[in-house]
Amino acid sequence: MSTEGRKRPARDESDVSRENRLLEIRREAETKGRIEAIGVRPVGSPFPVASPETGYYGVPLLKQPPWTWQIPPYFFAGGAAGSAAVLGVVARWIAQDRELARDCRYVAAAGTAVSSVLLISDLGRPSRFLAMMRVFKLRSPMSVGAWTLAFFGSFSAAAAFLEILDRRLRSVPLRVLGYLTEGISALAGLPFSNYTGVLIGATVVPVWNENVQTLPIHFGMSGLISAVSILELMGHENSALNALGIGASAIETLEGYNIESSRKPSIAPLKHGTSGLITRIGGMLSGPIPLALRIAAAVSGTQRSRKLRKAAAVSSIVGSMLTRVAWLQAGHVSAKDWRLPLEP
Amino acid sequence: MERTSGAASMSQTTAFLTDSTLCIGCKACEVACKEWNGLAEDGLTWTGNSYDNTGAVGHSTWRHVKFVEGFPEPGLGGNASEQSSWGFSSDVCKHCEVAGCLEACPTGAIVRTEFGGVFVQPDVCNGCGYCVVSCPFGVVQRNPEDGRAFKCTFCYDRQKVGLQPACAQACPTESIKFGKLDKLQLVARERLEKLHSRGMKDAELYDPTDTSVGGLHAFFIVRGDPRQYNLPPNPEVPSTYLKAGWTASAVAAGLLLFGSVFAFLGSRK
Repeated sequence: MSTEGRKRPARDESDVSRENRLLEIRREAETKGRIEAIGVRPVGSPFPVASPETGYYGVPLLKQPPWTWQIPPYFFAGGAAGSAAVLGVVARWIAQDRELARDCRYVAAAGTAVSSVLLISDLGRPSRFLAMMRVFKLRSPMSVGAWTLAFFGSFSAAAAFLEILDRRLRSVPLRVLGYLTEGISALAGLPFSNYTGVLIGATVVPVWNENVQTLPIHFGMSGLISAVSILELMGHENSALNALGIGASAIETLEGYNIESSRKPSIAPLKHGTSGLITRIGGMLSGPIPLALRIAAAVSGTQRSRKLRKAAAVSSIVGSMLTRVAWLQAGHVSAKDWRLPLEP
Repeated sequence: MERTSGAASMSQTTAFLTDSTLCIGCKACEVACKEWNGLAEDGLTWTGNSYDNTGAVGHSTWRHVKFVEGFPEPGLGGNASEQSSWGFSSDVCKHCEVAGCLEACPTGAIVRTEFGGVFVQPDVCNGCGYCVVSCPFGVVQRNPEDGRAFKCTFCYDRQKVGLQPACAQACPTESIKFGKLDKLQLVARERLEKLHSRGMKDAELYDPTDTSVGGLHAFFIVRGDPRQYNLPPNPEVPSTYLKAGWTASAVAAGLLLFGSVFAFLGSRK
């Protein structure tokens, strides 16, 4: 397209100052024989150098986790499902709360269905999910996790199915079978609710392996509060749920304090940048905020208590989800940090 | 831990010795590797990092020549004192004695071959990506188009028929040496002594035997601090974190179980 028809923009102040700058450079070159100015440095300088201090031009040594968006919701759904299975059995046999136990079966089964779909779709070759079932390797948290998912998934799905059948048929053998599958799914739910902490903790990513001792507890409690919150939003008002919410939020608050007070350089992605921001928001929403709301709920009247618990539940679910997103994001930032693996 | 030791397997175990004091940075190893293994092109973008436009080893780069350009220092690479020092080193999968990727693989796709190399069976890999976050050297990578993980095969196909790996075959200066592990370890030591006696006091062998990696089947002679070659001082396999992780998992399970027992006991009227 021709520019001839266009009016040339009038010279303004900035053009004059740029012209003056050229003369300044010329004067400097004449007097000193060299120019010390950013404007005339070649692009990319100072010249890149490989050294013990700069590493290999600051090229990251580690590869970033290849996992896609499915993984944080997988961690969330798995944590909630595993915890719900345990809650169900305890609610049935200790508190005789059959309604709660029934819904726990449904939450566990729904969570397992969601997490299976998410995990399989994240595989580079989803059609080869069954390759996971070729071997069982105790040394691989991914293998242990895949088997736990398969085991937990089958039994929690069976328990939910038997619940529906039993409601229609009212048969004693079905009910007994239901108790059995429910019990096995709770046993598998114990590791399933928190193994993802081991999964990312036992890797070479610095921010993850630095926290391997707290991650399973952190993720386990995060899973517990989301299970409790989902059940509360389904209408359950058993005071045990609120008590569990208080306990788990208190531990999450402690975890947040630990992160904030740590000065280790590998923790930085949990405190700075986008991943740090998400960590903080997630931490607040699943730690101190629901903790305060739930304590208030425990001491106030029924109507008010109900509202406070619902608010705490929503906050906990959002916070728990954000926490998983934050940790995955922090892993990416951490893997990109070339300094950490080269530390002596 | 998965070790290859045992006298019978030891005699078959092969290794790479990459001697950066002999490397001329010609990238013949990169080209030979790509051609023999049919790897996709890459490294065609300008990085500004010396003559290295490959960047790092990855799913489509199994040999990678590093161009280590340092502060001006007399003598390194025969440069005049006012020029930058310049060294080259061909990077590759380290085929660790205790391999993080092999331990992490949930499908058994990653195996130890009869030559002691670490091999990803492409027909078994399901692309879970766990090996990627388990390699302390950042070698193995998931191919985003294909979905599976890839890395150096140690030319398993060539070794099977008694040939040396393509990179070693193509190297014009014998900077990449291939041979039996025990013999090459001796060669490395002799070479190091020779270099030291010639006045190249900063030459050293990179083979972290005292870490959980337990030594490499592809070790390197480099000049100066290995960190400038992106060789980590303390590579650790992730299985060292398993005990702490599963202990914490048991604690979390206990908190969940006993916490809910107490909570529901308390709610009973």
